[in-house]
Amino acid sequence: MSQALLEAEGLVRRLGGRRVLDGIGLSLERGQGYVLSGDNGSGKTTLLRILSGLDAADAGVLRFQGEQTTLPRYPDGWRLGAVYVHQHPYVFHTSVAGNIAYGLKARGEPRERWQQKVQEAIDWAGVRDVVDVPPQKLSGGEKQRVALARAKVLAPQLLLLDEPTANLDADGRRRTIELLARLCAEGVGVVIACHDREIIELPGVRRFHLEDGKLVPAV
Amino acid sequence: MDLLEPTREAFALLLRGDPELLQIIWLSLWLSLAAIALISPPSIALGFLLAKRRFPGQRAMVVLVQAFLSFPTVVIGLVIYLLLSRRGPLGSFELLFSPTAIVIGYMVIAFPILVVFTVSAVQGADPRAYETARSLGASRIRAALTTLREVRFGIIAAVVNAFGRVVSEVGCAIMVGGNIAGLTRNMPTAIALETSKGDFAQGIALGMVLMALAVGINVAMALLQGEGGLK
Repeated sequence: MSQALLEAEGLVRRLGGRRVLDGIGLSLERGQGYVLSGDNGSGKTTLLRILSGLDAADAGVLRFQGEQTTLPRYPDGWRLGAVYVHQHPYVFHTSVAGNIAYGLKARGEPRERWQQKVQEAIDWAGVRDVVDVPPQKLSGGEKQRVALARAKVLAPQLLLLDEPTANLDADGRRRTIELLARLCAEGVGVVIACHDREIIELPGVRRFHLEDGKLVPAV
Repeated sequence: MDLLEPTREAFALLLRGDPELLQIIWLSLWLSLAAIALISPPSIALGFLLAKRRFPGQRAMVVLVQAFLSFPTVVIGLVIYLLLSRRGPLGSFELLFSPTAIVIGYMVIAFPILVVFTVSAVQGADPRAYETARSLGASRIRAALTTLREVRFGIIAAVVNAFGRVVSEVGCAIMVGGNIAGLTRNMPTAIALETSKGDFAQGIALGMVLMALAVGINVAMALLQGEGGLK
């Protein structure tokens, strides 16, 4: 029997007197793609941030590969397995390659290994033509692809992507969706929070919907 | 009073590299740089914590450090004098009227400048920088260093400002250093002494060096801010 990669039980998060998450329970399988839909303000970002350890829940339990933690503690080791990408990704004031190499260096990978991986990730994300452009000057779509490469190069067990196509132009959106489809096809465990119909209908993904603080089957 | 003659003499002192003058300039720069190098790491670390962490008394600490900014340096000198004097709690170290005493005084003066500037720079940083670093697997310390790197222009401004403040400081240096020729006499204390003796040439020469430093520091800051997009 395959063990769940990440499980949550009874996640509760109150913001401004409202229960944004009201006893969320979920079980994410290794290598499976998920799409999390929901209206603006329904708590998608809040849920992803809790699953990635960036925010703490007011109550609930998380289990990562069977290891349990009671929130707000989020073991540092889990961060090596679950990587969160912001809706508008932050790019560090260094080169495109420096951005993609960041997590590999943080993990202490030897230089020759991370250099090779970074070059592969640059090609994977299709950002070779902007590799010499200062990251702050990249378009929204290019920043998103650099951020996806930066996360994917770490080979995480789970990618948590927050509205990856929000506010992108048509070309940026198309190229980002292509990368997301490839991630899902390559068997990378991924949770994508979005409204984008084209992402929601990606083949092979499982869908769930956040409404009134609870997860319900996607329509 | 004829200002022309002492000014001409001041230029002559500078141009011929008067050994006494150079020694005073060198001591000033060396003591200031040593103090800034020693106090910057802990001050920047504290500034980061005050900006990022929430803990009881945090706000009070920020207000206290801000208040510390406006303390007269002569009062800081007095407190350090009392601590280091023979009958003071640190008297056994025999540091009073030594370059070390001046470095300690400079560190105390630079500390609030560095902390307050760092708090401001880190509070202005995009919170996604730290979060992104953490999410990519960086330790807390590495993520903190990454955030500081992202606001490096603000941090450099803090260091440059602190240096500018201590290199021209006179009250504390004269109290704890004693203005001893060749040992603790620096640019501001030498200016004060030579002026009181009516020997204006050296004072004017050192004044010009200090003014040049002040202009240089401000030009460097303006360039940095331009490069850092802080226009």
